[in-house]
Amino acid sequence: MIILFGMPVVQVLLFGFAITTDIKDAQIAILDKSNDYMTHEITNKLLSSGYFILGANLDKDDQIDKAFKKGNIREAVIFEKNFAEKVEKDKKASVQIIADASDPNMANLLFNYTQSILMDYQRQLYKDKKFPLQIQTETQMLYNPELKSVYMFVPGTITILLMLISAMMTSISIAKEKELGTMEVLLVSPLKPFQIIVGKVIPYVILSCINAIIILVLSFFVLGMPVQGSLILLLAETVLFIFMSLSLGIFISTVSDTQQIAMMMSMFALMLPTILLSGFIFPIENMPVVLQYISMIMPSRWFIIIIKAIMLKGSGILFLWKETLILIGLILFFITMSIKKFKVRLA
Amino acid sequence: MLPIIFIMPMVQLLVLSFAATFEIKNTNLFIVDNDHSKLSRELIAKFRGSPFYTITGYSEDYKTAQQAIELRKASQILMIPADFERDLHKEDKAKVQVVTDAINGSAAALTNGYALSIIHDFNVKLLVETFPALDLKDPIDVRYSFWYNPKLDYTTFMVPGILVLLITIIGLFLSGMNIVREKEIGTIEQINVTPIHKYEFIAGKLIPFWIIALFELAFGLTLAKLVFNIPMVGSIELIFGAASVYLIAIMGLGLFISTLADTQQQSMFLSWFFMVIFILMSGLFTPIDSMPGWAKTINIFNPIHYFIPVMRNVMLKGSTFADISKYFWSLACYGFISISLAVWRYRKTS
Repeated sequence: MIILFGMPVVQVLLFGFAITTDIKDAQIAILDKSNDYMTHEITNKLLSSGYFILGANLDKDDQIDKAFKKGNIREAVIFEKNFAEKVEKDKKASVQIIADASDPNMANLLFNYTQSILMDYQRQLYKDKKFPLQIQTETQMLYNPELKSVYMFVPGTITILLMLISAMMTSISIAKEKELGTMEVLLVSPLKPFQIIVGKVIPYVILSCINAIIILVLSFFVLGMPVQGSLILLLAETVLFIFMSLSLGIFISTVSDTQQIAMMMSMFALMLPTILLSGFIFPIENMPVVLQYISMIMPSRWFIIIIKAIMLKGSGILFLWKETLILIGLILFFITMSIKKFKVRLA
Repeated sequence: MLPIIFIMPMVQLLVLSFAATFEIKNTNLFIVDNDHSKLSRELIAKFRGSPFYTITGYSEDYKTAQQAIELRKASQILMIPADFERDLHKEDKAKVQVVTDAINGSAAALTNGYALSIIHDFNVKLLVETFPALDLKDPIDVRYSFWYNPKLDYTTFMVPGILVLLITIIGLFLSGMNIVREKEIGTIEQINVTPIHKYEFIAGKLIPFWIIALFELAFGLTLAKLVFNIPMVGSIELIFGAASVYLIAIMGLGLFISTLADTQQQSMFLSWFFMVIFILMSGLFTPIDSMPGWAKTINIFNPIHYFIPVMRNVMLKGSTFADISKYFWSLACYGFISISLAVWRYRKTS
């Protein structure tokens, strides 16, 4: 029991603080063939930006490959010989940036940061020079001005946890009755199948509701997630999602005969797709079109949209009726399918 | 059961590897043009010409644009104020505004960067056309190269990682559910009365799953080569060598959980809990470097975070045993400890 309540708390806290797509403290290697005041200034600028820490000082070209192969260095910056002299005399000196693109996203981001730091440095060199016809761009970041990645991960974590407790636990507990044969005993009792299922499911409903509340409270007070919209709507949608997960769990249990199969199904059908296809970490718009369609049948996708809209954008039901209807539709679908399956079994 | 163990992971490898990408191919842009000048139309044409942008709406009213964002019809707004062209010619400077939906912070930073660079290019072109004599060249010439994956192909990065996940899930759950299942059904009593040693029993439980998982890995690597054309720069023996040690570590952990739990449900909940933490903290999806220090400390207990760099470095960069020895020995220690714990915790008497 402690496990059931304690684990979600541990996970929310862990993920809320530890998982981030922001780049911080990436290790870089510097190969400075020039060693003059300008290269030192640039190096200092890079290292004080917060994005980079010095992983290694190299002195030969062939050390770069070795440094990358050890796996800690993400980027190498190479200054050519007589750097400052060339900048001052010829107005032309070169810096080479080599990024470890085995992680393409990281490589791209690091390269962009390095480039913009270099640009900044150049602008400083020529700060008295004025250009005509300047278009100034003001940028504004809506809903998340500090670009915190917590805002992405908390909704996903809530979804995963509710999905687990509701869907997985129900499916396994019902499959267990089937496996041990106690289901038949229950079925010959005067209770209706409907009542049996309700009896099985209610503890998990309560458990999930309490967990949902704990998670929401934690994300509000500890992780600083705002609740811009209506709290009642948020709770109502959460309960709706819990029911959806439960009906999914019941459906899984009707198609599997043993706990292991129920588990494998919920594990493979739920865990990775919930993490990967729901927009939890990877934005759905980036996926190939086929996968975008597949993700439409992922209940978690819709719930994540709903949570984000209510908590961060402050949207009302007018903006969310479509997603809500989809969740209701899924509940009806899973329940009908389970009843059909169940009847076949009885006959 | 066997089809699930083999087919499901492979289907997932094929499907999910395509899903896991941060690469932004398209951004829906909403345009608010209050200037209606030649210049503003030219700027908009720049955005329309970029393969990266799809323009989903025009309006003269900022409210409409904001609503489009709220309905997720657009994720960025370009706002050109009235008198944009006049200001630029009269005062030598003019403002435009770029508003981005930033719930996904890192994506927002990227799309914001794209918009800025399009506007910057437009500005430079305008300058060059108006003042051909102006010297705009930057003194520092930045050259770049992307090693090991020059096309920045995301599947190259994800496939080795997802493959690790799949064999981990298989390994952990098969072993985690096993002993406890015997407990639940009661057959464990029959084994307990035989003269078999504790370590023999654990080994007997471990070896079949170990072989299944290694087969799975071989199968997955073949798919990675044939379907995704993932390079295999390093030695394949090294991969299998490290994987065998890794799997022992994972399965030892699974068996240990199995000896702790009384029911399959408990065992599965425990394994699930560790699994989700291990996966999300493993550096598979998000960089480990960016985690706070205490999270890195917790990661010492995370076997996945030792093995993912091994797979990636050996497959993509051709790292040798010397390069990855740190990870290898960590895994070996992990395996030794988890197996010992499982043997110690397994009681023949109940």
